[in-house]
Amino acid sequence: MLCDRCKQRPATVHFTKIINNEKYEQHLCEECSKEISQFAFGSHQGFSLNKFLANLINYDPSFGGVELGYRAERCDNCGLTYTQFTQGGKLGCNHCYQAFENKLDPLLKRIHSSRIHKGKVPERAGGKLKVEKEIESLRNELQRLVGREEFEKAAEVRDKIKELEKKLAG
Amino acid sequence: MSGTNVIRLNSKWMEGSGPNQDIVISSRVRLARNIKEIPFPHLLPENREREILDMVKNIVEGKVIGNQGGAFEVTNLLELSTLEKWVLVEKHLISPEHAQSNGPKGVALRVDEAISIMVNEEDHLRIQCLLPAMQLNEAWHLANQVDNFIEESIDFAFDREKGYLTSCPTNVGTGMRASVMLHLPGLVLTRQANQVFATMSQIGLTVRGMYGEGTEASGNLFQLSNQVTLGVSEEDIISHLSSVTLQIIEQERYARKALMKEGGEQLEDRVWRAYGVLSHARIITSREAMGLLSELRLGIDQGLIKGIDARIFNTLIVLTQQAFLQKTAGVELSPFQRDLKRAEIIRTKLTEKLGGEKND
Ligand SMILES: [Zn+2]
Ligand SMILES: [Zn+2]
Repeated sequence: MLCDRCKQRPATVHFTKIINNEKYEQHLCEECSKEISQFAFGSHQGFSLNKFLANLINYDPSFGGVELGYRAERCDNCGLTYTQFTQGGKLGCNHCYQAFENKLDPLLKRIHSSRIHKGKVPERAGGKLKVEKEIESLRNELQRLVGREEFEKAAEVRDKIKELEKKLAG
Repeated sequence: MSGTNVIRLNSKWMEGSGPNQDIVISSRVRLARNIKEIPFPHLLPENREREILDMVKNIVEGKVIGNQGGAFEVTNLLELSTLEKWVLVEKHLISPEHAQSNGPKGVALRVDEAISIMVNEEDHLRIQCLLPAMQLNEAWHLANQVDNFIEESIDFAFDREKGYLTSCPTNVGTGMRASVMLHLPGLVLTRQANQVFATMSQIGLTVRGMYGEGTEASGNLFQLSNQVTLGVSEEDIISHLSSVTLQIIEQERYARKALMKEGGEQLEDRVWRAYGVLSHARIITSREAMGLLSELRLGIDQGLIKGIDARIFNTLIVLTQQAFLQKTAGVELSPFQRDLKRAEIIRTKLTEKLGGEKND
C-alpha cells in the first residue's frame, strides 16, 4: 500500500480518527506521518500522534506494521462520504468506486451477480489500459530480476517501462 | 416560445413500422457515460455543468453520425418552457427527472429523434437510441456508433474490472439499459399479465409503465428492461431481452387467438364500442382515451376493424398527452379544456384516416 499523502513511499504508519461520528483512516509513510504530526495534529488540543498511535496499537493487537482492513470513508477526489452515498444512492465520481470498494463490492455482487465487466471497452481509453497493463507486468518482472540480482536485464526492462510511460503521457 | 426545432410532431419511433410492430411499439437502448475525473452532475456547480454542456455541443452539434437521420442539435433545457420540456418527456426523448431539474442541463437531438443524448442528467451523458417496433439490435448498433463518435473526443470514466463507471452502481459495467415497450391487451384481458410479469424479476428483467419508473401502466403498455449491467456483455443483454420479448409476443398472440375463438363476438363488440366512443366523444380523459385506444388498436390488429392504419395508435398515445395537447393548442389548458381538446384531436385523426368521412 502506498502512502495516502505522497503516494510514492510505502505506507508504514496507519491510524484512524473520528470526526463528527465519521471514521477516517489514514495510511502514511514515515516521512509524511512525521510532517503531519508536527502541524496538523499540533493544533488539536492535547492530541499527540504518538499517544494516538499507542492507543490504537493497544486497542488492536494485530496492529503493528500489519495492514488494517483499509476502508476509506470519504472519496479523496470528490469528497463524497460513504454515508452520503447510502443516503442519496449516487456516487460522486469515478474514484468513489475505489474509495468505497470494500463496501461496494458486495453490493455490486448482489445487484449484478458478477463483479467483472464483460462488455465494451472504449477504444481509445482501452488502448491506454492495455499499455498500463503491460507496464504493470513489466514492473513485476523488474522486481523479480532485481531479486535475482540480474541487473543488466533489469535495466533493459526499466528502459522499456520508461518508454511505455512516455507513450501513456503523450 | 423558443426551441421550435425541438418540438416536432413525430419522433422516429412513432412511425411504428418494423418487425413485430403489432405488439412491440418501440425498442430503446440507453448508454450511461461519464467523463473521467469530473464529479458526477449532482455534485457539480452550475459553471462546470455548463462547461460539460458546451463540450458536448462542440462535439456533436451539426454532426451527422453514420450517414443518416440528420444532424444533431443541442438545446439547453433552460431555454425551453416547462411545456416544451414535458413534450420531450411525452415523446420519451428525456426522462421526467431531467425535465424537472434545474441548471444547465441539456439534450442533443438528432433530426429524426431516433437518438437523443441527455447531458447532465444522473450521469454526464446518457446516449439513447429509440426505434419503432422490435429493433433492439439496430438500436444498440446505433447507440454504439454514437458512443464511439463521442469517445474520440472525451475520456470516459472506465475501469478494467468495473467497466463504465456510473453515478448509480445499478448502471455500472455496460452502463446499458435496453428496453422494449409492449402493447399487451390480450394478456391483460385474459388476466395473465401479472403472472407473466411476476416471473420477469427472476430472470433479471424489470416491468414498468409507459413512462418508466413508478408510472402506471395505461393503455395496456408495458416497458420491459434489463436489470443487470455488470458481468454481462451488451450483446448478452440484447439477446436475453430479445428472446424473452419474443416469448411474450408468442403468449400475447396466443391470448388474442383465444379471445377471438372463445369470445369473438364480445371482442368485436368491445373494439367497435371503443371506436364509437373515440370517434364521437366530445370530452375524454387521458385514462379513458388510453384504454379505448388500446382496444381500438387490438381491433385493427385482429382485423375486426378495417380501413384504419394501426399505427395511428402510436401517434395518438403521444398527441393526447397533457403537454402535447397544450403545445398543439398554443395555450395553457385547464384539465377540462384538455379533455375537450383531446376528444377533438382523436376525432379528427380517426376521420382523417377513414378518408375524410364525416362523423357527425
Ligand atoms: Zn508519504
Ligand atoms: Zn468520488
